Amino acid sequence: MNRYQREIILFSIALVAILVILIGFGEAYTTRLMVEIACHAVLALGLTIQWGYAGVFNAGVMGFMAVGAFVTMLFSFSINDEFWSSEGPGALAGLGVQILLLTIFIAALTQLHRFGISQRIKTACLLTALIIAFFVFNNAVEPVARVIESQAGFIGGFGLPVIVGWIAGGITAAIVAYGIGKACLGLRSDYLAIATLGFAEIIKAILKNADWLTRGTLTVSPLPWPVPTPNDIGFVLARSAYLSLMAVIVVAMFLLLQRAYHAPWGRMMRAIRDNEVAAAAMGKDVNFRRLEIFVLGSGLIGIGGAALTTFGRIFDPAGFHPLKNTFVIWVMVLVGGAGSNLGAIFGATAIYIIWTMSEPLTLFVFDVVANYGTEWFNWEPPADLAARALQTRVFLIGLTITIALRYVPHGLIPEDARRLRSV
Amino acid sequence: MNELIFFINKVIISGTIIGCIYALGAVGATLVFGILRFANFAHADMMTVGAFVALVFVSWFPGAGSVVGLPTGFVMLPVAMVFVAIMSVALDRMFYRPLRERNVKPILLLVASIGVMLMIQGLVRLFAGTAPRHFFSAEKKDIFRIELPFELSTRDIVITEPQILLIITTIVCIFCLHRFLTGTRLGKAMRAMSDNPDLALITGINTDRVVSATWMIAGTLAAAGGVLLSLDVILKPDLSFNLLLPIFAAAIVGGVGRPYGAIAGGLLVGFTESLAIFNWSILLRPLAPYIPDWVEIPSKLAFVPTEYKIVVPFVILIVVLIWRPTGIFRGQVL
Repeated sequence: MNRYQREIILFSIALVAILVILIGFGEAYTTRLMVEIACHAVLALGLTIQWGYAGVFNAGVMGFMAVGAFVTMLFSFSINDEFWSSEGPGALAGLGVQILLLTIFIAALTQLHRFGISQRIKTACLLTALIIAFFVFNNAVEPVARVIESQAGFIGGFGLPVIVGWIAGGITAAIVAYGIGKACLGLRSDYLAIATLGFAEIIKAILKNADWLTRGTLTVSPLPWPVPTPNDIGFVLARSAYLSLMAVIVVAMFLLLQRAYHAPWGRMMRAIRDNEVAAAAMGKDVNFRRLEIFVLGSGLIGIGGAALTTFGRIFDPAGFHPLKNTFVIWVMVLVGGAGSNLGAIFGATAIYIIWTMSEPLTLFVFDVVANYGTEWFNWEPPADLAARALQTRVFLIGLTITIALRYVPHGLIPEDARRLRSV
Repeated sequence: MNELIFFINKVIISGTIIGCIYALGAVGATLVFGILRFANFAHADMMTVGAFVALVFVSWFPGAGSVVGLPTGFVMLPVAMVFVAIMSVALDRMFYRPLRERNVKPILLLVASIGVMLMIQGLVRLFAGTAPRHFFSAEKKDIFRIELPFELSTRDIVITEPQILLIITTIVCIFCLHRFLTGTRLGKAMRAMSDNPDLALITGINTDRVVSATWMIAGTLAAAGGVLLSLDVILKPDLSFNLLLPIFAAAIVGGVGRPYGAIAGGLLVGFTESLAIFNWSILLRPLAPYIPDWVEIPSKLAFVPTEYKIVVPFVILIVVLIWRPTGIFRGQVL
């Protein structure tokens, strides 16, 4: 079976699955599923260029998604007039001035060596100043937050077009990735994995607790759509319009990435992944290139997260979960084939269908088990059986990762190795 | 004086407690990182498994504690340690060794460990539910109040029985580990592998035995940490991600592959955390008469609000990676 036959067969299976769902669950459900698949395809493409092209390990997909989603909410949600007429903007501006002054002060400290002060003392000064600045900043935020929360609830959005929000979300996620990557990418990828995992938890904690910015657990809804919403033209039509938009984005990204993969740039990335020392000997700036692809991939993940959250119409920071927002996407990339763009799209399709369908399926299976258990063995099922049943999905995702690594290390649609020596 | 006692309770005691937990976790993590060359993401879940094994045995033998006069959960500690030690070797045989034999890059072992982590999480929550559990539902937790013989102090220093046991157990574990690493052939072989794997291999060290020993030590200490943590506070099945970051921060601060460094790192991270969330205005209050009127002491003055506690290990990690990636004890940089 050659490569193209394999691709055609796999995608046909996915298509048949979607058709079955269309017949079984109706048009509205299927269009929703397909939009979500498209959003996950963007996420998987973002991750596959990081891990597949360059071997950069990002365990904080959730964090970058959340950043993208938050920035989109901030840019596109309707303007909160109460906030702009309250004391909030003034207080916020005051905070901004404080941050600016602190930044200038710290930037000045980094120039201390010009005055003949030794490196050691400079570092000590800088560290102390950073700690004090953090202290001041932290205790300055709270009164401002209290003013905003008591007078206006939260600061609301800027009322800009949604697409602007998506782009801004992607750019913000990329900027954040630059900061993390700068610190960790000189070392082995393990350090980046640890740092991104922690970063994702921190972003979630901040978005969940900063009520003045995000309304925290109260959630923000309904988020505006880039296309007419279901309220205007009905579910099927609105979701189809959204799907068309996402399809355009996915296809455009796919074509661009495919071109990049076969371009000298892509070859260089794979060279760095496969043999770092040799690539460095050929004069490639390994750390800079890794940082480049980490920033680019995180930007795409930010856009994907923004699109997914916008489609859900609700911004709920507590709804981000490492399992469904990080590791499911990892499974998509690993099963599809790391480094293969088509594989990422196939992985997103297949795994997302399985993931969505597994929820009613596990509940059903456990219900049956509980019924027969009570009838035959007088077994009393625990009260939280439904919550527990869903945990089997966590187990299965983990099992899929280990099995994929061991038996299909290159994925179902391996990267196009025509001109590569097999590893 | 009361303020000082408050400081001791909130910072010294709780910092030591959480520092010991991080140290127990970080020693295992740093050994695996140093010898097998990958960051084991399933480490925090090995701690959770240890705690649950102890919990299961407590429910089977609820009276065992009163016989010896110790909390039942603590009596079950050796059982949990043995169980998790065997489990980690089995996990290695099942999931990591086949990959190692194929000579894959160590980063793929990290991916595999994420798979193992999710599998453990899924199984634990499937069988034990997602609700937090108490060890002390049937027994009473002994609390010791130490009164200070000063005129001005009305509050007491408070320390509970599990906390004392935690500190003692940590010291005992570390002492045993020290004797093992410096006194036995296997321990020396482990240190050699961690220092220079190529050199260790050509001197004829039995890699398989070293790897098994590493997993057993990591599993034992992880189980101890998990049980003692849940004895002290509460057993949460979704602890994993919140423990993983401080543990790795501690391991990296101490220097990868340096068990003593990991202990120091664990205590450092623990103390920094409790210092960062401490409300400093309490210590400033007695100084109020000496502070000029125009300076107002805010009611809350902490470096980090409690809900952002996880920022602390992250900042420590980033600072260490930027300024001194080898860690305090000059470990390896992989």
